[in-house]
Amino acid sequence: MDIDTVMLAKALAIGLGAIGPGIGIGLIGAKATEAIGRNPEASGKILISMLLASAFVESIAIYALIIAFSIK
Amino acid sequence: MISAEQSTNLTGEKVLNTEIQHHHTLYAESIFKIGNFSITNSFLNTLLVIFIVIASSIFFKSKIKMIPGKFQNGVEMIFELLLDVFDSVTGSRKRTLKFFPIILSFFVFILLNNWLGLLPGVGSIGKVVLEHNEKIFIPFFRSGMADLNTTLALALIGVIISHIFGIITIGTWQYLNKFINIKALLEIPKNIIKDPTVLIINPIKVFVGLLEIIGELAKMASLSFRLFGNILAGEVLVASMIAILAFGLPIPFMFLEILVGLVQALIFAMLILTYLTMMTSAEEH
Repeated sequence: MDIDTVMLAKALAIGLGAIGPGIGIGLIGAKATEAIGRNPEASGKILISMLLASAFVESIAIYALIIAFSIK
Repeated sequence: MISAEQSTNLTGEKVLNTEIQHHHTLYAESIFKIGNFSITNSFLNTLLVIFIVIASSIFFKSKIKMIPGKFQNGVEMIFELLLDVFDSVTGSRKRTLKFFPIILSFFVFILLNNWLGLLPGVGSIGKVVLEHNEKIFIPFFRSGMADLNTTLALALIGVIISHIFGIITIGTWQYLNKFINIKALLEIPKNIIKDPTVLIINPIKVFVGLLEIIGELAKMASLSFRLFGNILAGEVLVASMIAILAFGLPIPFMFLEILVGLVQALIFAMLILTYLTMMTSAEEH
């Protein structure tokens, strides 16, 4: 594979792979802030759940990054 | 990355113009070999972490008192916090205390490995070797979790002990029925007169049980790749920032890496705890 196709493949791998997690984390953050707005006393628990869920979603983007790194 | 180019020196001959290349490889580079076993730079980091853990345990073991001093107080506060967080996963303090030693070992090991990878000198002090006619820079130390072998080993250990504890806790018959659901097949002739839908539902339950086996492999893969990817991406990110502007620009990214190291260690430990809880709890109807 020549160098241009490799570069294009890397860029597409991480570019398209980050669309889904980006939307996902945005939705998680939106719902979390809405829940905090309704019930400010539970904000500690909500924050922990939000961070936990974001880390899971972010790992999907990390999988795409690994593929981008390993394309030679 | 500028690769080796040819240029002409003063006398007009073509010479190889090599610059020392700093590659961030997916695999950890080997520093030296003992027989056939190669000691890699991330393995050196894990040895360092093991040494720190053992040394501090031996040192602090004799200093534990009933009325705690400041340091013991701090550690006890952190333990209380962790116990509370783990309680939300298992549901009962008794269960958390039963699993706490192994889960805390995972947490401390991964956390120390992640944070040790941020110290100055890790990733920057190394040696230059000649490989394929190019000079490549190999660091002596590299973050312990930036090697897929380490994270895969931890994920394998975590998933396999959840199975072993499952067999010990709920017995072999119930454990087997989580995957190959013979109980559901046996119930078809028993309940077919009372409840005819069982003829359709129970075969589906059997197939779901078979898919769980693939789910176990997916657990191992996702655990290892999540940790590996986060730490490696962090290393590459900080290295890229240092390449752009080494004064001041990497600071927010180092803070990000400290946070990511903590969060990923916590997530790994909590996921192993979740798997342990799921495998050691019998199915209720």
